[in-house]
Amino acid sequence: MTVTDLLSYEDALASFDPVMGLEVHVELGTRTKMFCGCSTELGAEPNSQTCPTCLGLPGSLPVVNAVGVESAIKIGLALNCEIAEWCRFARKNYFYPDMPKNFQTSQYDEPIAYNGYLDVQLEDGEVFRVQIERAHMEEDTGKSTHVGGATGRIHGASHSLLDYNRAGIPLIEIVTKPIEGAGERAPEVARAYVAELRELIKALGVSEARMEMGQMRCDVNLSLRPHGRSTFGTRSETKNVNSLRSVERAARFEIQRHAAVLTSGGTIVQETRHFHEEDGSTTSGRIKEEAEDYRYFPEPDLVPVAPAREWVEELRGGLPELPRLRRKRLQEEWGIADHEMQSVLNAGALDLILATMAEGADAASARKWWMGELARHANETGAELSAVPITPAQVARVAALVAAGDLNDKLARQVIEGVLAGEGEPDQVVDKRGLKVVSDDSALGAAVDDAIAANAAIAGKIRGGNLAAAGALIGAVMKATRGQADAKRVRELVLEKLGVQG
Amino acid sequence: MTDIIRLTAAQTAEKIASGELTAVEVTEAHLARIEAVDEKVHAFLHVDREGALAQARAVDAKRAAGEPLGPLAGVPLAMKDIFTTEGVPTTVGSKILEGWLPPYDSTVTKRLKAADVVILGKTNMDEFAMGSSTENSAYGPTGNPWDLTRIPGGSGGGSAAALASYQAPLALGTDTGGSIRQPAAVTGTVGVKPTYGGVSRYGMVAFSSSLDQGGPCARTVLDAALLHEAIGGHDPMDSTSIDAPVPPVVEAARSGDVRGMRIGVVKELGGEGYQAGVVQRFEESVEVLRGLGAEVVEISCPSFVYALAAYYLIAPSECSSNLARFDAMRYGMRVGDDGTRSAEDVTALTREAGFGAEVKRRIILGTYALSSGYYDAYYGSAQKVRTLITRDFEKAFESVDVLVSPTTPTTAFPLGERVDDPLAMYLVDLCTIPVNLAGNAAMSLPCGLAPEDGLPVGLQIIAPALKDDRLYRVGAAVEAAFVKKWGHPLLEEAPQL
Repeated sequence: MTVTDLLSYEDALASFDPVMGLEVHVELGTRTKMFCGCSTELGAEPNSQTCPTCLGLPGSLPVVNAVGVESAIKIGLALNCEIAEWCRFARKNYFYPDMPKNFQTSQYDEPIAYNGYLDVQLEDGEVFRVQIERAHMEEDTGKSTHVGGATGRIHGASHSLLDYNRAGIPLIEIVTKPIEGAGERAPEVARAYVAELRELIKALGVSEARMEMGQMRCDVNLSLRPHGRSTFGTRSETKNVNSLRSVERAARFEIQRHAAVLTSGGTIVQETRHFHEEDGSTTSGRIKEEAEDYRYFPEPDLVPVAPAREWVEELRGGLPELPRLRRKRLQEEWGIADHEMQSVLNAGALDLILATMAEGADAASARKWWMGELARHANETGAELSAVPITPAQVARVAALVAAGDLNDKLARQVIEGVLAGEGEPDQVVDKRGLKVVSDDSALGAAVDDAIAANAAIAGKIRGGNLAAAGALIGAVMKATRGQADAKRVRELVLEKLGVQG
Repeated sequence: MTDIIRLTAAQTAEKIASGELTAVEVTEAHLARIEAVDEKVHAFLHVDREGALAQARAVDAKRAAGEPLGPLAGVPLAMKDIFTTEGVPTTVGSKILEGWLPPYDSTVTKRLKAADVVILGKTNMDEFAMGSSTENSAYGPTGNPWDLTRIPGGSGGGSAAALASYQAPLALGTDTGGSIRQPAAVTGTVGVKPTYGGVSRYGMVAFSSSLDQGGPCARTVLDAALLHEAIGGHDPMDSTSIDAPVPPVVEAARSGDVRGMRIGVVKELGGEGYQAGVVQRFEESVEVLRGLGAEVVEISCPSFVYALAAYYLIAPSECSSNLARFDAMRYGMRVGDDGTRSAEDVTALTREAGFGAEVKRRIILGTYALSSGYYDAYYGSAQKVRTLITRDFEKAFESVDVLVSPTTPTTAFPLGERVDDPLAMYLVDLCTIPVNLAGNAAMSLPCGLAPEDGLPVGLQIIAPALKDDRLYRVGAAVEAAFVKKWGHPLLEEAPQL
C-alpha cells in the first residue's frame, strides 16, 4: 500500500469546508431483470440466467419491467421527489466486455424522479436535510473475474471470466445534490444518509439493500474548498464503498488527503479512487483528465415512460410509514428519551426489538435484553447486533420465562449465555443447566433457617423492626442457592420466620 | 416445373390446399430453380434445403391429416439475412457474423413457421443493411435479373432479385431508408414498408432502431398483403410494436377500388435530376389513377429537402451504438486472440477486419454526431427536421388519402458505378427516406419500363401511419390497370435466365 500524506482531521477542518456528493446504486428486488424475463436470483451457475436480450445478441430488444418502474417511483416519492410525467431511457455508450451491448441502458437528462430530499438523523439526534438531485433507472452490468494476477484486478491477470447473470438486473441510482455545510460532521452525515436510505429502501420493500451482498453500493464524491469560498474544489470519486462504516471512513480519509495535498500547494486530480477496507485508505484508480464522453442519446428501442398521475398518487397513498416517522412513533409509544432511542438506533436494535415484540415480549424487556446483554456480546465479539446467534423468538421466550417468575434476571442472563454458546433453545438451556428459580418453600425454608442461624445479629435487628436489614439475609440465601432462589419468596419467608409484618 | 415457379403465392397456396400440388413439389421446384439460376444472380447467401423440405413435408402431412392450413401454407419464401433463424446462419451480409448460428428465431421467423411458410434460405444484402445496391455485402454483389450487370437495389437486393428471377414467390425485407422499396422498384417487384411498429423488430438485427422496419416483398400486391398479414401485429417482445390489429390489407388488396380517393402528388419528389423515363412512367401512373376515379392534387412537403441530411445523422448515430456489441466477446468473428493481447485490442482488431468500409464510415459519422459538443448541432437538429417532416405528412394527409411519387430518381444503374461515390449512392433513397423518418407506411410497385433503358420503374404510394390498407387498395388498382394495359405482368418482359 502506498503511503499517502494526510493532514490531521482537525487541521483539515480548520482550513476547509468539505462538499460531498453521494451516488448510491440500489439493486431492485424484482423477480426478473429490468429489460427481459430472466431471473434475478443470486448465486446461480455463471451465465445460467441469460437470454438473447441480456446477452445483447444481434436482433434482441428490451422490454421495460413494470415492477422496476413502480419501484423507482416509490423510491422517488419516499425521497420527496417530483415524478416525471414523461421520461425516456437513454443509452450510455462505452466499451467494456462485461456490458453485453457495449452501452448501458440508463436515463440521462430525463430521470424518473428529481428534486427531493431526505432528512437524516445524526447520532446526537440532530436532523440534517440532504437534497436529492435525482433518482433514475438503469441496468447492472455483468461481472468480470480476472484470473491469474496477484490482486484480482485486471492488471497482471492472464485472462478474465465473464458472468452475465447480473447483466440487466434493475438498478436505481440515487444522486444527492452537493452536500454543503456539514463541516466536521460530513463523514457522519454521509454515513447517516446511506443508513437512512437503506432503511427507507427496506421499508418500501423494493430491495433488501444488503450492502455486503452488493445490493446497495455507494460512490463518495468529495472536494474541499477554503472557508469562505463558494466555488467547489476538484473532486475525487471513491467508488464502491460498501458498508456504512466504510462510507464514513472514506469521507474522512479523503478530507484528510485532500487537505494535505492542498495545504502543501498541490492540486487535486479529478480521478476515481479505490477504497481499502483493511486500513480505511483510498488509492488512485483511473484518472479522468477529460470528462468521459458517453454519447448519451434517447434509447430508440424503448418507448417513453409516462406514469399516469392517478397511478403515482395511488402509489403515494400506498407508501408504508417512513422509517424516521416510524421511529418517532415508536419512541413515543415506548416512552423513552431521545438519547435512549438514539442508542437503540445506533446499535441497530430497532428491528430486532420489534421482531421480539412480535414474538410476544413487551417493549421494555425486549429493549432491555437487546440493548443490554446482547449489545454487550456484540461489542465484545465485534459482530453486528443482528449477527449475534440468538433469534428474536428465543429472546422473547427468555422474557416470557422471566415474566412468569420461572427465571430471574441473573438466571435469564445465564440462559442467554447458553443459547449464544449453542446449547439449544432457552428451555433446553434451563433444563440442562438446572436454572429454574427455586420458590418451593420446603427447599427454601432450610436455606432461610441456615441464614438466620448464621446471622443472629442481623436477625435480631429485623425482629426489632429494621426491615432494611432483611436484604443481608436474602443475599445469604441467594448465595447459598447459587442465585436460583426466588428472591421475593425468600423475603417473605425471612419475615415470616422472624415474626415480622412485611 | 416452370409453371410452379411462376405462380403467385396466393395461387400456390390454393393449389396446395386443394391438393393439386404438394408443398414438397413446390419447394423442390424452387430449390431446382435456385440451383439453376442463382449462380448467376447470387440472391442467396445460404440455402436451407433440408430445413425447407422438412417444413414442406410437415405441411403435406398436416393436409393429409385434415388439419386446417393457413393462407400461405406451403408457399416458399426467401428471407433477408437480417432476421435471426435458430440454428441457420445469419450474417447480415457481414464478415463479423460469419458462421454465427443464432440460438433463437426472430418473431417474424416464428410467425412464418407458424403460418407453415417454407423458408428456402437467407438472401444477400448490403452489410448491416447499409447501402442501396447490395454491393456492400461482404459476400459479393447480387445481379439484377433484368440485367445482371446492374444493381438489384439495396439493401435488400437479394430478396428482390430472388422474386424477379422466380426463385421464390415471397421474400422478406427490411426498410430503414428504402431498402425494401428501392430494390422492388429497380427489379419490377412489389415491396412494402409497413407503418413503424407494424411488424416486430425482435430478432431483426438492428441498423437504426427508430427507422428499421421489416416488411413483405412479392411479385403481386395481393401476395404482399398476404405476407404482411402473416408477419404483422403486436409483439410483446418489441416495445415499439404497435398494440393494434393489422390493418385490413388483404381485404384492401382484393378490393382495389380507388373511386373518390384523394391522391396527392408530392411536388418535392420529382422533376429536375430525375431520369426522364422515370418521370414519364410516374406521370402515366397518376393518369391511370385519375382514370380509375381518384382525385389527384399536388401537395407540397417543404421539409422533405432536408430529409436526406437528417437521415444521414440519425441512422449513423443509432448504428454507431447498435453495432458496438460486435466486440468479439460473445459471438461472431474474433481476430488476434493469441493469448498475449488485451480484450480491447482483440475487439479493435476484430472490428477492423470484420466491418466493411461503409459500415465503418457510418459508425464514425454517428460517433461524431453523438459526441458531446456536437450532439445538439447534429443529432439534435436532425431530430427537429424529423419532427418537421412528420408535420409535413400530417398536413398533407389532412387533405389527401395517400401521396404518390417515383420510388427512385433513376432505374437500376450499373454495378460499380457508384461504389466510390457514397453521396451519389445516398441520393438513390431521396424519395423513400422521408417515410422512414415519419414512421408511416409506403409501397413500391412496378409502373412500367423506362423507354430509354428498358428497365423497371417503381411507383411509390405513401399512407398515414396505421393506414397501410390504403397502400394495398391503391396498389391493387394500379396493378390491375397496368396488367390490363400491358396484357401481362411486367416481370414477363424480363429476360429469361
